[in-house]
Amino acid sequence: MKAHPTNHATAAAAFVADLDRARWHDAALWAARGRRDRAARSVPEWETLRDMASHIKLHTMSRLDEYLEQFESNATRLGAQVHWARDAAEHNRIVRDILQRHGVKRVVKSKSMLTEECGLNPHLEAQGIEVTDTDLGEWIVQLRHEHPSHIVTPAIHIKKEEVGQLFHERLGTMAGASDPPYLAEAARQHLRSVFLAADAGITGVNFAIAETGGVVVCTNEGNADLGVSLPKLHIACMGIEKLVPRAADLGVFLRLLARSATGQPITTYTSHFHGPMRGGELHIVILDNGRSELLGSTDFRRSLNCIRCGACFNTCPVYRRSGGHSYGVTVAGPIGSIINAAANPREHKSLPSACSLCGSCSDVCPVKIDLHQQLFISRRQLALAGLVPRTKRWALKLTAAVLKRPWLYRMAGGAARTALRMLPRWLVYSRWNAWGRRRELPGAPRESFRELNRKSKTRRGGSQTRRGVRLSGETRP
Amino acid sequence: MSTSKEVILEAVRRNRPASCAAPELRQAWTIYPDRRAQFIDVLTAVGGTAFAVRDEVDLNERLRLLPIVCDARKTVSLLPGIGEPNVDLSNVGSPHALADVDVAILPGEFAVAENAAVWITDRDVPLRVIYFLCQHLVLVVPAGAIVDNMHAAYERLASSGAESTSVFAEPIFGAFISGPSKTADIEQSLVIGAHGPRSLTVFVLGT
Repeated sequence: MKAHPTNHATAAAAFVADLDRARWHDAALWAARGRRDRAARSVPEWETLRDMASHIKLHTMSRLDEYLEQFESNATRLGAQVHWARDAAEHNRIVRDILQRHGVKRVVKSKSMLTEECGLNPHLEAQGIEVTDTDLGEWIVQLRHEHPSHIVTPAIHIKKEEVGQLFHERLGTMAGASDPPYLAEAARQHLRSVFLAADAGITGVNFAIAETGGVVVCTNEGNADLGVSLPKLHIACMGIEKLVPRAADLGVFLRLLARSATGQPITTYTSHFHGPMRGGELHIVILDNGRSELLGSTDFRRSLNCIRCGACFNTCPVYRRSGGHSYGVTVAGPIGSIINAAANPREHKSLPSACSLCGSCSDVCPVKIDLHQQLFISRRQLALAGLVPRTKRWALKLTAAVLKRPWLYRMAGGAARTALRMLPRWLVYSRWNAWGRRRELPGAPRESFRELNRKSKTRRGGSQTRRGVRLSGETRP
Repeated sequence: MSTSKEVILEAVRRNRPASCAAPELRQAWTIYPDRRAQFIDVLTAVGGTAFAVRDEVDLNERLRLLPIVCDARKTVSLLPGIGEPNVDLSNVGSPHALADVDVAILPGEFAVAENAAVWITDRDVPLRVIYFLCQHLVLVVPAGAIVDNMHAAYERLASSGAESTSVFAEPIFGAFISGPSKTADIEQSLVIGAHGPRSLTVFVLGT
């Protein structure tokens, strides 16, 4: 996995330093969440579909070896060539060998998080093969020598003025132009010549059907189809978890995918490749790269249900306010925090803490992954493995010691309330208090909850009933 | 030494969870009293244009009025008697030679009311790239071939191949197309006409 070992909080600090941009990013993603909500509400059987999708995936996982073999045998019968890769290095070697055997110099690629995960582009470029990412968002990040910050909208962190400047420098568009239709048209014109000059096309895979041996690719731009219908060579790269047993299962997944991702009823193009193009070749590379290990984890295997819609990114309050790059991994957001911390806990130990455990991700997930539960379990495992930072460990020990002793808890509460009122501002909002950064702490109440409750009981004549505790002073987040 | 395939399958076998039955896909899914109206509504919402036409004469008349057709220099039609094609696809050797096609009038096998998707294949289309490379795409779908939802769509595909077997029993390319090509990758602004066709017009033929 392409890892830039980072601490999420440290990397996010750089992102939120530009407050206007952070707010703009937050709003853009929240709008996507709104589109998803409207689309989901328009389907009366939405919850049935989610339930069904989750069960299809669990069923598939329980027989994954059989379905993989069935898929290979059917795909081969249709004339495709199937390759198996244990890890990223083997995957890249297989793709490179196929391309070199065909004397390929120029490749067009449609969006594939898997090839990002494997670092395929730099590998091919080192062999003198020119690779162009043709999804507009991914092409923009490629031109900027960056990585996608979001799995569905890779350039969500970039402003149109920045795209305008980039295209001005690279494509010669008008200086200062930032009109999206104008910029998209310039990209269309340029990439058309790239498509026409390509010797091979590489795509990811959204679904692979065991029963038929076909692979299905979903796009809105039409780039995948152009990329593999002009050249004669198509290489499709997929993880072992992309399998579904039957073509009919897609009826369920396709109703969920685009609605969850962008609020569309379906992507513009949902292409089913069964065998190669007439006179061409279709190669399918099946990658493991840690997935079979994840399958063995009772805690985390459900993360393999993921269909990469990005809904958990769009709804996550931490992702929205910290940006995809602060995760330092190919797949960011809630789902990325789970799979990366599970695959490499030492390197990605900060990711499961990039979460407020609000549970919104689990609510929107179209395949019902219990994301926030898994993040919680992940934190516990990291703590048990001693991978929690020392300061946090001490803080938790101290908290536990206080909570174990009611007298100490009462005393500490009283001391904190007094201190918050008395201490000078510069001390309360010092660098030691993370909770006072970029926000005002709520005013310290004069009395504790316990005192308020006792008084309220006295007023009601010492009634022992447990109901009626007033929470008028409660602040809602 | 065992192959990568054996190593992967062995690991999967070792780690796979307890068996869990596949769910029954037949449910009381949403259906539409007027599938054609639903299809036209959704297609309009996703940026396409739809016309209901009585017959081929009606279709040709409407076609002639479309600005994209009037302005086209190169037109392909794979529907006999529909449109005024001046490029013969059977004489074109390389898909690259289709780069300057303005309008392509092509068959859609059936459509889905729920999401305005039209199912197309390369069964009778020699170069599949034409669906994606033309500037403007026109699809013609029989009015009787609109199904309610994606479940019905896959049911249809399961028996629309040769001798009523699955359409996927032999090598074939097929796609659901819903609307014109589009992108929202620059600041989430919707732009119609990304890499594929700039417009999609669907004629629903017959009653």
